Amino acid sequence: MRVNVTVNGEPRQADDVWEGESLLYALRERLGLPGSKNACEQGECGSCTVYLDGQPACSCLVAAGQAEGREVRTVEGLADGERLDPVQEAFVECGAVQCGFCTPGLLVTAHDLIARTADPSDAEIREALAGNLCRCTGYETILDAVRLAAARKERV
Amino acid sequence: MEFLRPVSLAEALEARAAHPDAVPIAGGTDVMVELNFDHRRPAALLDLARVPELFGHSTVDGRIRIAAATPYARIIDELGDRLPGLAMASRTVGSPQIRNRGSVGGNLGAASPAGDTHPALLAAGAEVEIASTRGIRRLPVEEFYLGVKRNALEPDELIIAVHLEPASGPQQFSKVGTRNAMVIAVCAFALALHPKHRRVGTGIGSAAPTPRHAPAAEEFVAGELPWDRPVPLADSLLRRFGELVAEAAAPIDDVRGSAGYRRHALSVLARRTLTWAWTEYSCV
Repeated sequence: MRVNVTVNGEPRQADDVWEGESLLYALRERLGLPGSKNACEQGECGSCTVYLDGQPACSCLVAAGQAEGREVRTVEGLADGERLDPVQEAFVECGAVQCGFCTPGLLVTAHDLIARTADPSDAEIREALAGNLCRCTGYETILDAVRLAAARKERV
Repeated sequence: MEFLRPVSLAEALEARAAHPDAVPIAGGTDVMVELNFDHRRPAALLDLARVPELFGHSTVDGRIRIAAATPYARIIDELGDRLPGLAMASRTVGSPQIRNRGSVGGNLGAASPAGDTHPALLAAGAEVEIASTRGIRRLPVEEFYLGVKRNALEPDELIIAVHLEPASGPQQFSKVGTRNAMVIAVCAFALALHPKHRRVGTGIGSAAPTPRHAPAAEEFVAGELPWDRPVPLADSLLRRFGELVAEAAAPIDDVRGSAGYRRHALSVLARRTLTWAWTEYSCV
């Protein structure tokens, strides 16, 4: 089937989508957006997190057909052209990236947290990131990065 | 595979009747796992995410009606004050991403004994609203669970809502797992005090082929609680309540825990939740 979906602000069309296929697969394999990562395929790891109509969701658990007519924002859509989003900058500065596989999902989740919550407490950060696994055990620097991005946003 | 995309409840029921072998999908948090892992290849997917009647909540005859596909995140944000037990259980589901998509209707449809909201639905005396082109029926939730991942839906029916009395007393939910997030319950327990009727509701999860009440525990504690004189509860009462809850379970040994551990943990959860709920009752 054909799926029409707005991705990162642009109307896109995916053809030959299998009816049981995930939005994650369609994004990566049909729309050329490999930023969202495929790890667990069961909603445990959060590496495939995207915004779906403004809300973070595991794109592996959304049927591609369910995205018809909806708005998707992936990690590729966080930066403004060449300018990284403050959350991305903070991850770079804090060294919150080891192997990098969990990073796209964490960026989307952290982006959402900071958009919704001014000055998040550590408990709020941990709760918000609870669905994103990092197996390099890089959580301390990830928390640093989220705190830094949140603090910068406060100042703006 | 077909992808059916109704945009109204009437269309969804027509599609369900015409395609009894279709698998309904809303948030997708259970169904997509089965598809991704090749555990299921249904003839069709029936996408319910575009059916406006399946989202939102309202008050009907003094009870709260939650449309089946309303995500957990909305139950937590919008109904936490009136349905604290269900909101607590909803908070323990998966992660924020999962709670943005998953719904009580999906929990009921999957009918896993480990579904997080079942104990809270049981304790609160919820009813399930079921529809088909033949009409609408309502079923007490305890009659909805038939076995492991089996429920009372006919092939042409859809779960369209749950109905619950707004809390008339303290409610609690507690769950055992290896961490706070992303955990399938080793066992879970929900409790609701109904002071007006001098009744106590209970719900056991993940410790029997279906979610179930602990009727003997409910009867015992409703009779023993000092409703008019809310003093701290005697240890003997709490222990007996815990024993009766554990006796109501029929757990198995599996990868998540042994039957013996589950029975013990349930007796602890029962004591704790009753203590918390009674403390709240005493302070009001």
